[in-house]
Amino acid sequence: MTAIDLGLPGLGGLDGVPTSDEPQKAKDYKSDQEVRWCPGCGDYVVLNAVQSFLPTLGLKRENIVFISGIGCSSRFPYYMNTYGMHSIHGRAPAIATGLAVARPDLSVWVVTGDGDALSIGGNHLIHTLRRNVNLKILLFNNRIYGLTKGQYSPTSEEGKVTKSTPYGSLDHPFNPVSLALGAEASFVGRAVDSDRAGLTEVLRQAAEHRGSALVEIYQNCPIFNDGAFDVLKDADEASRRIINVVDGQPIVFGGGEYAVVRDGFGLTVAKTADVEESDIVVHDASDLNLSFALSRLSTQDLQHTVTGVFRNVARATYDDAARAQVAEAQAAKPADLGALLRGKDTWTVA
Amino acid sequence: MTTDVGNGAAPGGSPEKTGTEKTGTVRKLDRVVIRFAGDSGDGMQLTGDRFTSEAAAFGNDLATLPNFPAEIRAPQGTLPGVSSFQLHFADYDILTPGDRPDVLVAMNPAALKANIGDLPRGGTLIVNTDEFTKRNLVKVGYDKDPLEDNSLEGYQVHKVAMATLTIGALENTGLGKKDAERAKNMFALGLLSWMYHRPTEGTERFLREKFAKKPDIAEANVLAFRAGWNYGETTESFAVTYEVAPAKLNRGTYRQITGNTALAYGVVAAGQQAKLPVVLGTYPITPASDILHELSKHKNFGITTLQAEDEIAGIGAALGASYGGALGITSTSGPGVALKSETIGLAVMTELPLVIIDVQRGGPSTGLPTKTEQADLLQAMFGRNGESPVPVIAPQSPADCFDAALDAVRIALKYRTPVLLLSDGAIANGSEPWLIPDVADLPDLSVEFATAPNGPDGEFWPYLRDPETLARPWAVPGTPGLQHRIGGLEKSDGTGNISYDPANHDKMVRLRQQKVDGIEVPDVVVDDPSGEARVLVVGWGSSYGPIGAAARRVRKLGLPVAHAHLRHLNPFPKNLGDVLARYDKVVVPEMNLGQLALLLRAKYLVDAISYTKVQGLPFKAEELQDVLADVIKGVSE
Repeated sequence: MTAIDLGLPGLGGLDGVPTSDEPQKAKDYKSDQEVRWCPGCGDYVVLNAVQSFLPTLGLKRENIVFISGIGCSSRFPYYMNTYGMHSIHGRAPAIATGLAVARPDLSVWVVTGDGDALSIGGNHLIHTLRRNVNLKILLFNNRIYGLTKGQYSPTSEEGKVTKSTPYGSLDHPFNPVSLALGAEASFVGRAVDSDRAGLTEVLRQAAEHRGSALVEIYQNCPIFNDGAFDVLKDADEASRRIINVVDGQPIVFGGGEYAVVRDGFGLTVAKTADVEESDIVVHDASDLNLSFALSRLSTQDLQHTVTGVFRNVARATYDDAARAQVAEAQAAKPADLGALLRGKDTWTVA
Repeated sequence: MTTDVGNGAAPGGSPEKTGTEKTGTVRKLDRVVIRFAGDSGDGMQLTGDRFTSEAAAFGNDLATLPNFPAEIRAPQGTLPGVSSFQLHFADYDILTPGDRPDVLVAMNPAALKANIGDLPRGGTLIVNTDEFTKRNLVKVGYDKDPLEDNSLEGYQVHKVAMATLTIGALENTGLGKKDAERAKNMFALGLLSWMYHRPTEGTERFLREKFAKKPDIAEANVLAFRAGWNYGETTESFAVTYEVAPAKLNRGTYRQITGNTALAYGVVAAGQQAKLPVVLGTYPITPASDILHELSKHKNFGITTLQAEDEIAGIGAALGASYGGALGITSTSGPGVALKSETIGLAVMTELPLVIIDVQRGGPSTGLPTKTEQADLLQAMFGRNGESPVPVIAPQSPADCFDAALDAVRIALKYRTPVLLLSDGAIANGSEPWLIPDVADLPDLSVEFATAPNGPDGEFWPYLRDPETLARPWAVPGTPGLQHRIGGLEKSDGTGNISYDPANHDKMVRLRQQKVDGIEVPDVVVDDPSGEARVLVVGWGSSYGPIGAAARRVRKLGLPVAHAHLRHLNPFPKNLGDVLARYDKVVVPEMNLGQLALLLRAKYLVDAISYTKVQGLPFKAEELQDVLADVIKGVSE
């Protein structure tokens, strides 16, 4: 077998999607359907953030599509005044892949949850990231199954007591960012639902990225896993725990009190006062090893949580490559159906 | 001995006179069945394929039946490793690859042992003696060498040291013994080509093209092919050669085609006739993978092929593409349909066009991957949760796969529905001549996307149906003003908003059923030449050949029988109930345990006689002849 260099040019994430001259507002993106999440659900916050953010892209609304799977977060498309499909459990990335391949003029977003993306749909997620299909994947992680009323999820902590695990869960959780990086993702980011500015910034970079962009959003489920991320929402706690990374900037947090430094092959947190300035790691979103080490710095117990964009590299996208192959074949050979059907060996009965 | 149709001549290779004919005698036959059998590494499929092309180029009608193990290379020389290719060619229109071979070519003891039971007494047996070593004989359980112990007395046996002769012929090519020996299948082909007066230019040209990058291998194969031919010509062990005249087929230009290729071409043609890009989302599976292989070559027709991570992603991508306004297709076999079921249900609910090609194989579970069966009919009909009606159509022969694919796409696009197309292993890999259609005669499948609001107050209602077809509008993303959301949850009639209303659900379930029930399908045609039949045989799919051949045979015996073959399994043709009611007895042969019979009994209260067999092989015309004759005689008594 031979490998062929597809040699595709770099494009922006939204190139090819028609833009609108009319100014847009958040309310233009609200559908006429009543939002039916539980009161206090983190999904509201994310919905508002997305509806406020999309007008800044200036795209034609009809060229935006939200595709979701199953779960609380997957109701998201019903509330967006764009095109949308609420599909089946775990399969949204597969359906979105077909749509993205067929339609270069669309901005396609996948909305999914920790159960939908990482459990039943784990296979589609990793392969979508590997192929680098031009999709923006918003993974709402509340560390619980909400729609089925409170079973542990693949991101729940070990020993979690839920309806299905009265003696504690046995499963070891995924770190979604580590998983995505391992699956060759070209863009991985993380934000916390309550941090509107941080979330919007990650969304902006994701939208501009051409290829699969996975954005993990920590999201509170007030009914079945309330307070899962409270330590990140308390200003005092958060300052010691949240490490927001920005490409090209030294990684410091806690108002400059803490810094991230190298520790063997990994990273660790130190007091800024205790280290040389040159020892402080400067974030480089194109350095896979650094991105992965940052993902491991985030622990299940939230002692430290890295937010921002871990990785952002340009790589040929599957859908661009697929279209390029078709275009090349079309340019090289006319679509002569009669000739195809006749083939090479025919005989005639007179 | 019975013939497929019979115009009186004895079938080839089993002449009444033996051994006394003068060397150089040429006998004319109306039909011959040849089976090439060898180890799965011996190149039997290629050999059969080439002989088929020669027969096609000569103008015979033909039908083929490849039969090979699921293992790519089962242990060499063993019974599970035997691969065979049966070819039936004739001077008239035939319907099947033949029940039994007239000529068996056995390349090793395993091939002999596995196939000799099918060769009628008096049949011609050509064996490659080089492989009949003690070790190889023991491997398949022969205590004595069958070539020496008189156990093959009833056959006309030709012992040919094919490997030795091939190596001898290639002596001066500089090829090593092992490489030279590998061309022995072309020696066998050359010998058979001589015996049946086949044209040879095509095979030589084919070999030179196939091995264009390895000219020494190409030359070796051509030399081996010629050596086989010359062996027949110069040795006197073959007294008689045979001629099978070209068939008197309908006028037109023909080519040879397999079912999987015809299906792929049907998909290409459908995309062109619909003026839509095609997206095939699929996952490799036997015996359907060749559809992917073929379509992946034709990107110049606007075809994207996506080899997904699994069956579910394959159909998911196809549905996503359909949602975006392309023609979404997925291809698989029974186990894949099981995995795709949930997405088929989503397509039923979202009412989007989609074609699911199921090339059936033996089941359940992994079953018999390379063998044929028709046991996915009920899965196609009912294998989903909830009331989930899906149109089902089935091609009846390799060439018919082309028309069936176009028909499946027509229904999918016109009615906005997933359509299941049920091919099977026998017609997928089998081949026959195909009267190449004129592109100008192909149906127009063009569609109209929704472009404007259709509801009150300038709203767009995605589930406001066409009153005639009950199809909903196909409003693709990117269309201004028609933004809407669809999904797997129950829809409110008209608006398409989520609805849990009891009466609405009842209405929507019935509407989806009504839409499928109302699909226009042509009336079933009954073949009853005498018009006097009191027994009707009803079949579907690939059993068309054996049932048709059996019907011809019983008619020749003076027993009238009517044959109706169903292309459309859901909905059934409108006239089917009337047709069934006209006959005293209805016989339904199927390669399952009576799935169509069950449907016919349920829908039409007809006391159908179910005749079933699940051996991974097509019916033999002979056995169906007996079944039909018994029923017909029972009726007339």
